[in-house]
Amino acid sequence: MTDVLLSLSGLTKAYPGVVANSDVSFDIRPGEVHALLGENGAGKSTLVKTIYGLVRPDAGQMTLRGAAFAPSEPRAARAAGVAMVFQHFSLFDALDVAENIALGMENPPPMRDLAARIRDVSERYGLPLDPSRVVGDLSAGERQRVEIIRCLLQDPKLLIMDEPTSVLTPQEVDILFATLRKLQAEGTAILYISHKLEEIRALCQHATILRLGKVVGTCDPRETSARDMAEMMVGTVLQVPSREAAVAGEVVLALTGLTAPPPRQFGTALCDITVEVRKGEVLGIGGVAGNGQDELLLALSGEMRVGSEMVRLKGQPIGHLPPNARRSRGLLAAPEERMGHAAAPDMSLTENAVLTGVVREDLSDRGFLRWAKARTFAESVIAKFDVRTPGPGSTARSLSGGNLQKFVIGREIMQRPEVLVVNQPTWGVDASAAAFIRQALLDLAEAGAAVIVVSQDLDELMEISDRFAALNGGRLSPPRPAQGLTVEEIGLMLGGAHDMEVAHVDA
Amino acid sequence: MDLSAISPVLLLAALMVAATPILLAAIGELVVERAGVLNLGVEGMMITGAICGFITAVATGSPMLGFVGAALGGAALSLLFGVLTQYLLSNQVATGLALTLFGIGLASLLGQGYVGVRAPSVPKLDIPVLSDLPWLGPILFRHDIIVYLGLAIVAAVWWFLRHSRGGLVLRAVGENHEAAHALGYHVTRVRMAAIAFGGACAGLGGAYLSLVRVPQWTEGVTAGAGWIALAIVVFASWRPGRLVVGAFLFGGITVLQLNLQAARVQIPVEVLSMSPYIVTIVALVALSARKGRGSAAPGSLGQSFHAAR
Repeated sequence: MTDVLLSLSGLTKAYPGVVANSDVSFDIRPGEVHALLGENGAGKSTLVKTIYGLVRPDAGQMTLRGAAFAPSEPRAARAAGVAMVFQHFSLFDALDVAENIALGMENPPPMRDLAARIRDVSERYGLPLDPSRVVGDLSAGERQRVEIIRCLLQDPKLLIMDEPTSVLTPQEVDILFATLRKLQAEGTAILYISHKLEEIRALCQHATILRLGKVVGTCDPRETSARDMAEMMVGTVLQVPSREAAVAGEVVLALTGLTAPPPRQFGTALCDITVEVRKGEVLGIGGVAGNGQDELLLALSGEMRVGSEMVRLKGQPIGHLPPNARRSRGLLAAPEERMGHAAAPDMSLTENAVLTGVVREDLSDRGFLRWAKARTFAESVIAKFDVRTPGPGSTARSLSGGNLQKFVIGREIMQRPEVLVVNQPTWGVDASAAAFIRQALLDLAEAGAAVIVVSQDLDELMEISDRFAALNGGRLSPPRPAQGLTVEEIGLMLGGAHDMEVAHVDA
Repeated sequence: MDLSAISPVLLLAALMVAATPILLAAIGELVVERAGVLNLGVEGMMITGAICGFITAVATGSPMLGFVGAALGGAALSLLFGVLTQYLLSNQVATGLALTLFGIGLASLLGQGYVGVRAPSVPKLDIPVLSDLPWLGPILFRHDIIVYLGLAIVAAVWWFLRHSRGGLVLRAVGENHEAAHALGYHVTRVRMAAIAFGGACAGLGGAYLSLVRVPQWTEGVTAGAGWIALAIVVFASWRPGRLVVGAFLFGGITVLQLNLQAARVQIPVEVLSMSPYIVTIVALVALSARKGRGSAAPGSLGQSFHAAR
């Protein structure tokens, strides 16, 4: 454990306007799991891309097993024994598992041998996978197995994992950890990036913490509390959202047997979703990505029309209505993808405010827009939700992820919804902005609105939900009170092992 | 009306000749689109190939050198499109349309002195034994070499896309260019190669019109064949096998309706003239309507790629 596998010294990379990495140095030893911690924008991704040969540093050196290491492209890094499991962007939906794996290898064997080797490795590490399946049809957990097996087939010395557990159920996380420990025992070093501090405490022996591109600390995660690590990442003391115990009121939104075919290829069909949401309540909907979250949001926002009786707002059937008609009745929604779905990237914040606010904020007059009023509305969202921007004339694209998310959530909350549906409200948002958004959602519920939060972040759901339900393969489990749910119970709900049939009889 | 004047053997033989230019242009565009690039300039590249091939053939007296010149001309024009869209990141739809307009203008400029000139004729292959077979001989084995070249290119493209490493990389680039880049493949380089191949194929298709089918230079000689090739690629769901079906169907109905017109069938000429388009579209829509893998467009089709370094 004393010899160093990979040593980084003084790595610096600047992009126009931002310094992504500034003088970053640390060492990784064989057989250790090394955590890389930091908020979004702290420079973790740039750093691992540098190691993988996708980004060339402006200054600084790396040495791998004592020899200078400066991969000019991923091929060179792979040849040197560095493999990487990506968070996004590295699988091809229309190709099958074996083809996807062949693309990540330097010298893939002929397809028939490759299929045999895939079966072999997948059995050895307990990651079952059929080489002939099309990747677009796989679950998130299975997709990740494809990526991991792609790396394992190359016998890596260093495995880089970029937020591998963000899309997994707790049971799948256990399987992954077992695989990683096995690799570690075989002497493979693992560089592990995650936001989930408890996982890091369970898995890693070293942690390097980045803030604004600089190394701000190192620690042994087994002996440091999650709260201390979080505060090192953020640099300030964290505010935990708080709320009064809610008294649920009357039912405002009722879904009855909501069923819909998938709106696009590789989408998920919604299947017989029945649930009621009451005034002043936060309903948390968890689930692994790709189990119908996007489709449920489309069905609720009105982007996807369904049978009119399937969605009822205050007793009125609205399933057939388009988004603006639903907005005027008090049902608002904020989708997951903020750039391009919740907001038009190249339009100003004022224009973006008009796009969803025109009905409820009365921003048009006989077909003409009331720009002065729209600007005032946008300014009020900016002021109330602490959006850091020069003004309402800035384009949505120019805002950072957290600031834009505060804007798109704030825009809906400022329209005083009776029901607000949000999908992944704090995805890719730094901890302080996330806490702010959660608090705003809780305040909205306290003021009497019903809030549905769809999220893959279980900690977030446990923090703010009154009741919790899980989406699995387009079906929704019966909601259960969030208080007192254990991780195991949630895992079983996410895995689909809920008693659906019994629930139907009761209903 | 005299349907007995239509000989099925001659009809089928003519079908292969009529389908060849569209088949050539379409197989090139299929490769381009599988790499994720939408080049709407097929018509312009075809007609540029037609005149480049014609000029080369007249100047050298060799029709085979003419086809080489046509492929080079088509590829050169397509590289203009490639530089604009892949390096300067211009919009692919607008650039492709502009390429068509530019190609048509360029071809008529280059062709100024060639109107009415006769091109050296392309020899028909006379394969011993095979071409003497009854029925099959005239239908399959008495064509010029380009007909067989076209089919050989389709077969080669099918094999390349299905079984070779390079084909897998090309499909990966077209399916998800971000992922292909993350794995270290050169998205722009692959696409430029595909674009040049598409241009060369379109050039060959154009020259087949000006050197074999017509065979002389007239302005607008391609008469929309490039647009048909584009449509066939889409309706064939980007698969080489279906592409052959589409091109032969279109070629066949074209020949048949010309024969029917000559036989004075009691159907309005306008209806006969539009029939190849309608039948081809209906047949390929029916083929691609079946759900399943491979019927979808490449995931990154028509999107510009810019790597952040």
